[in-house]
Amino acid sequence: MDLTPTPEMLAFRDDVRGFLKAHAADFSAGQARDVFAWQRLLIEHGYAARTIPKAFGGYGAEPDILKSRIIAEEFIAAGAPRGMAGQGISMLVPTLLEVGSEEQKTRWIGPTLRGEIIWCQGYSEPDAGSDLASLQTKAVEDGSDFLISGSKIWTSTAAQAQMMFCLVRTEPDAAKHEGISYILIPMSTPGIEVRPLKTMTGSAEFNEVFFTDVRVAQDQVVGGRGRGWFVANATLKHDRGMLGDPNATEARLGALIELMKTEVVDGRRIIDNPVFRDRLMQLQGRAMAMKFNGLRLISAQLSQEPVGVAGLVVKLQGCELNHQVAALAIDALGELGILYHDGPHLRARGTWQRNYMFDLGLIIGGGTAQIQKNIISERGLGMPREPKPAVL
Amino acid sequence: MDFALTTDQKMLQESLTRTLGDASPLDRVRKFADDLKDPAKDVWDALADFGLPGIVIPEEHGGLGLTLLDAALASEALGRAVAPVPFMGVVLAPLALIGGGTAAQQAEWLPKLAAGEVTAAVAISEAVAGAREGAGVTAKGGKLSGKTLFVPGGMAAGLIIVADTKGGLHLARGDAAGLSRSLMLNLDETRRLAELSFDGVAAEPLAGGPELLGRLRDAGWVLIAADSLGACDAMLEKAVAYAKERRQFGRVIGSYQAVKHMCAEMAAEIEPCRSLVWYAAYAFEAAPEEASLTAAHAKALTSEVGRFVARTSTEVHGGMGITDLLGLHFWFKRLGLNRQLLGGPERVREIAARLQGLAA
Repeated sequence: MDLTPTPEMLAFRDDVRGFLKAHAADFSAGQARDVFAWQRLLIEHGYAARTIPKAFGGYGAEPDILKSRIIAEEFIAAGAPRGMAGQGISMLVPTLLEVGSEEQKTRWIGPTLRGEIIWCQGYSEPDAGSDLASLQTKAVEDGSDFLISGSKIWTSTAAQAQMMFCLVRTEPDAAKHEGISYILIPMSTPGIEVRPLKTMTGSAEFNEVFFTDVRVAQDQVVGGRGRGWFVANATLKHDRGMLGDPNATEARLGALIELMKTEVVDGRRIIDNPVFRDRLMQLQGRAMAMKFNGLRLISAQLSQEPVGVAGLVVKLQGCELNHQVAALAIDALGELGILYHDGPHLRARGTWQRNYMFDLGLIIGGGTAQIQKNIISERGLGMPREPKPAVL
Repeated sequence: MDFALTTDQKMLQESLTRTLGDASPLDRVRKFADDLKDPAKDVWDALADFGLPGIVIPEEHGGLGLTLLDAALASEALGRAVAPVPFMGVVLAPLALIGGGTAAQQAEWLPKLAAGEVTAAVAISEAVAGAREGAGVTAKGGKLSGKTLFVPGGMAAGLIIVADTKGGLHLARGDAAGLSRSLMLNLDETRRLAELSFDGVAAEPLAGGPELLGRLRDAGWVLIAADSLGACDAMLEKAVAYAKERRQFGRVIGSYQAVKHMCAEMAAEIEPCRSLVWYAAYAFEAAPEEASLTAAHAKALTSEVGRFVARTSTEVHGGMGITDLLGLHFWFKRLGLNRQLLGGPERVREIAARLQGLAA
């Protein structure tokens, strides 16, 4: 164990601080004045698209997980908006870099990084959730094209997106995992219908997308026909890693402590109530453990050691913890905690209530808590899979 | 940045685990549990050969000169093996002597402690966990009076470090006139606790006062947390192994999600604790400003996780889990003691809040 920062890292931190100070006028309250200009500026300085090769529109730095962490910390400390982080940037770009053709890389990565193209992800279907590989949206050959029919669900940003990266069944006779292709679909193609999917938060954070004979050129397949399951899995790892991020938990816990220090009931601060204080301390202990667990994972990645079970538990534990933080905030607010939408007594614009509900969705989404426990016990502890039932 | 154990640390832990496997298998633990007169001297001697008594004692005094993180790793190995040896005094007494002892006191005691010739006990229960049953030791004119409870290793210790009611620390000899000891029978059959009574016992004061006491408390919390971590690891491993072997309804029970999710939940609770315990131990020397809060949370969280793992692992074992035959209860009870000793989680979390100015 040695967490002393090297001179190189101290200097790098100074650079990031210097940049944020010099450009303090370009953002306020976590929002950029011009999101596109801000994104280009961040790429130019290596604070976004840091490790994407220059040839494809990135900054071209070597991967350095410590520098990435320093960037994240300093941006949070300065209240500066991070670079764009849609599913195009976080999931499609790494996929293209890994298995895309040169033509696909050149055509899509640059504009995606600059925020000129917004992507949505077409994976889940009404009948293919945890069992994603059973997906049925079909792509039937028609000359040099495919005709795609079926539907997708839980599609964030489908209404804004120009493009979708999508899993479709191209080989109906192949085995479940081997008949799937990963394909890029323009959302303006005739036959696509997007319907907002309103959730219990009151907003439509997701959509349903319906396909009726949607014509897409076959050369839009990424990573080879029938290889889609393996292409998608290579980047699903990144998705799960993001859910339950301990940095986000730490920030929310800080806000919760402030809330409990400022909210008063019967003339007494909430923090002075020992029951609430103990619940806060319980969550702080857990948040602290997840934070150091995150450091341990980073360190293991740096030294290319296997992370084992410590990595498999992040999504399960982190999402649950975030939900509990929001739950305590609502409880601490007492009757004020039931207010929502708007009004003079509403706290934090309803963020706690929204998080409380949305975080439950995150416990379910991206691999349910139960799927996570299967993964932990099977991959982490070497326990046997549930045998397939003889009769369905 | 290196948030990982060094090769030396991994070797220390592995070789200590091997030593304990030879010197203190479950049958040996059982014998200790069954015979209150058994001091487990053979186990202690094996650990003395290993160098464990001198783990944090500087090399010039005959010790290994290692850090609290190394000591925590040793504590983890002891917890994993439910080893019938007191360890708190092994670490805390040298820290007290180094932090508050004179050169003469250090020269007198540290080499003997390092060699394992004398064992030490540290009595800080009242100062940390609160005074019960009228306990509390007062110091006047170089003499100690009163009683202190829950002293790990206190029955056999030749050196006793004791906190007074004002937060001062004192050094008393085990053979001093006016000192009497009685065994406090407790749930955990692998470690013994003493009640020490002082009737005008001659003692030497240690410098450092409440600040040093705070350091001993932090180190004690880390060691207990690490012991719990090791015990939790062992209980999870046993549950997984049992679930892979035990068959019901024609298949191993570990293939039922109801059972394997219990194991997954244990693993998911234990792994973040490991990261926290490592950090708290590291911070004790490398980041002293974070040491108290991280130690408190390590102690409190491993207490909660320890209770969950103790009961869940027992349940995975079904009826066998509660039998003496299997012996799983030694880990169950060890975690039980760890939870209460030097403060239960509620009390420790209240101290954590105080450390941040969130409680009066």
